[in-house]
Amino acid sequence: MNLIRSRSAVEKKEPFVRMVKRSGITWRKAYLIRALALICALLTGALIILLLGHNPVSVYADMIKGSFGSRISRIETIKIAIPLLGSSLCVALAFKMKFWNIGAEGQILAGAIAASYIALFHHQSMPGPLLLIFMFLVAVLAGGLWGLIPAVFKARFNINETLFTLMFNYIALGFINYLQNGPWKEIPGGFPKIAMFAFDARLPKVFGVHIGWIIVLALVFLVYGYMKYTKHGYEISVVGESSNTALYAGMNVRKIIIRTMFISGAIAGLVGFMQVSGSDYTLTNYTANGVGFTAITVAWLSKLNPLIMVAVSAFLAILQKGSNRIQTDFKIPASAASLLTGTILFFMLGCEFFITYKLIFRKGQKNGRNR
Amino acid sequence: MDVIVNLFCAAVLAGTPLLFGTLGEILTEKSGNLNLGVEGMMFMGAISGLAGALFYENLFSVPGGIPAAVLAVVFSFLFGMLGALIYSFLTVTLRANQNVTGLALTIFGTGFGNFFGDVIGGRSASGYAAVGAATKAVFQNIRIPYLSDIPYLGKLLFSYNFLVYLGIAVAVTMAVFLNKTRTGLNLRAVGEDPAAADAAGINVTKYKYFATCIGGGICGIGGMYISMVICSGVWVNNCVSGMGWIAVALVIFATWSPSRALLGSLVFGGLSIMRMYIPLGIPSQIYDIFPYLATVIVLIATGIRQSREHAIPKSTGVNYFREER
Repeated sequence: MNLIRSRSAVEKKEPFVRMVKRSGITWRKAYLIRALALICALLTGALIILLLGHNPVSVYADMIKGSFGSRISRIETIKIAIPLLGSSLCVALAFKMKFWNIGAEGQILAGAIAASYIALFHHQSMPGPLLLIFMFLVAVLAGGLWGLIPAVFKARFNINETLFTLMFNYIALGFINYLQNGPWKEIPGGFPKIAMFAFDARLPKVFGVHIGWIIVLALVFLVYGYMKYTKHGYEISVVGESSNTALYAGMNVRKIIIRTMFISGAIAGLVGFMQVSGSDYTLTNYTANGVGFTAITVAWLSKLNPLIMVAVSAFLAILQKGSNRIQTDFKIPASAASLLTGTILFFMLGCEFFITYKLIFRKGQKNGRNR
Repeated sequence: MDVIVNLFCAAVLAGTPLLFGTLGEILTEKSGNLNLGVEGMMFMGAISGLAGALFYENLFSVPGGIPAAVLAVVFSFLFGMLGALIYSFLTVTLRANQNVTGLALTIFGTGFGNFFGDVIGGRSASGYAAVGAATKAVFQNIRIPYLSDIPYLGKLLFSYNFLVYLGIAVAVTMAVFLNKTRTGLNLRAVGEDPAAADAAGINVTKYKYFATCIGGGICGIGGMYISMVICSGVWVNNCVSGMGWIAVALVIFATWSPSRALLGSLVFGGLSIMRMYIPLGIPSQIYDIFPYLATVIVLIATGIRQSREHAIPKSTGVNYFREER
C-alpha cells in the first residue's frame, strides 16, 4: 500500500525539466552553443557598461579600435598576447594531466630572475648571440626547476599542487621585491629598481615586435605535436583521465608527473626570458603581471588545444589592450578586462553543460503520466 | 612580556581575515565543494562592504556610524554569497569542473573588486573610495571600562574590534553546528559520500548550495575586514593580495576543524606582522615571504602525516551526478 502510494507520487511529480546525456553532438552545434555563451557574456559586460552610463556599442568599438586601430596599438596587442600564449601552453600541459598548475606566474618569474642574473652580471663575458642563448637556457632551467619542486611533492607524497604552486608564485615575487630593494638595486639608496639590460641582452625585433612571437608560435606547434603524436603526450592524457589506469598499464606515473611539470615550468621560464629580454629590458615585480592566471582561462577556453589557444590569447589580449584604451577614453577602470574575462569564463564553463546534456521539458500531464 | 602581548594582539588582528576565509572554506568543503574562489569572494566582500557603508553615508549625508558598519557586514556577506552562488550554480547544477570554476571566480572577483573600487573612487570628490570617520571608528578596537584595564589580560582579551569577536563566535558556532546538530551531521555526510546521503533521503543539492553560499558569505566578511580594518576604510587596489589563498591552505592546516582554524589564523597572522615585532636582521621583503613559505611547509607536513580522522571530506572536488552513481 505504502509502496503503491509512493510510486504514484513519483509519477505525478515528474520534474518540470530533466536532463539526458547527449549521445553525440555535431561540432557545429557545439560551437554554436559556445558562440551563444560568448555573446551572452559580452551582453552581460554591456549591461555593466550601460549601468555605468556609457553606450556599450561605442565602448566595445573603442576597445577594438584601441587594440587594432594603429600600428603601435597592434604591436602592443601582440606584445600582450605573446606571454599569454606561452603561459597557456605551460598551463595546458599540466592541466591535461589534471595537475592544477596555477604557478605559471612564479615559474615565469623564476625564469626571468635567472635570465636577468646573466644579463645584468655576465653580459660582458660573452658575445651577443651566445649571451641570449645562455640566458634562454638558464631561464628554461630555472622555470623548469621551479615547476619541478611541487611536482616532486605531488608525485611522492600526494601534496595538493594547487596551493603549492600558488605559494611558489608569492615566494618568487617576494624574492624579486628583495632583489630590487637590495642586492640588485641600480643605485644604492635610490629608487628600488633594477638596471636596464645592455643592448646585447635584448631580443632582436622582427616586423616591429620582439622575436618572441616567432618563438611562441613555433612552440605552439611543438606542444601540439608533443601532446598529440608522441608517447609522452599519450601518457600525459592517460594520467589525466585516470592515474589508476595509467598504473595498471604499467606507466610510471610519478615520472610522468615530474617530467611533464618540468617541461611546463620550462615553457613558463622561457616566457619569463622573453618578457625581460624582449619586452621590458629589465626585471620588475610586474614582469609576470597576472599573465599566469589569465593563461588558465585561455587554456581552459581552448579545451587545452594549442592551436585554438592562438586565437583565444589574441582575443584576451585585445580585451586587455582595449580595456586600457577605454580607461583613457571613458574613464572605465582597466580592471574591466579581468571582470569581463571572469564573466566569459563563467559562461563558457556553464555552456559545456548544454553540450553534454540535453534538457527535456515536461510535456502534457497525460504524456508524463504514461511514461 | 610587553612584546609578547603586543605580538599576540597584532597577530589576532592580522589573522582575523584569514579566520573568516578559513571558516567559510571549511563549511564549503564539508559539503564536498572545493571552492578555490575564496580570494575572489573576499574581493567581492571587500568592495561591497565598503560600498555598503558609503551607500548609507551618502543616502543620509552623515559620516556613517554603527548602521553603516552593520550595512558593511550585511553587504559583504551578501556579495560573498553571490560569488559562491555563481560557483554553486556552475558546479552543482551545471556540473562544471570545480577547480576551474573556483579559479574563474578568483579572476572574476579580483576584477569585480578593483573595477568597482575604481568606479566608486572615480565618482567621489576625493578621487578615492573612503568611508567616513564615524564608520571608521566603529571598526576601531573597543575599550570596555574596567575589563580592558586589567593588566595584560585586558589587552589580550578585550582590546579588539568587533569583527574579531564575530569571527570567534562564527568559529564556535560552526564547531557546534558540525559536530552536535543533525543538520551539521547531514552536511558532513554529503561531503563524505553524497550517494549514501542521497539514499538516506538528504537533499544533496540543497545542502551543497546552502553550505557553499553561507561559506562564501563568511569569506566575504573576511574581505570586508581587509578593506575596513586593515586598509582603514579606504579602497586599495589588490588589497586582498593572496590572503584568500592562504585561507584555502589554512583549511588543510586546520584539518577541516573550525576550532583549529582559530589557532591557524593566529599563527599565520603572527607570521605576517612578525617583522614589526621580532627583528631578525633580515630584509623586510624576506619577512613578507614567511607566510607563504610556512604554508608550503604546512602543506608538506600535513600531507605526509595523513591520518584518516583529520582527512579532507572524501568527495571534495568531485561533482555528484545522481545518474552516474
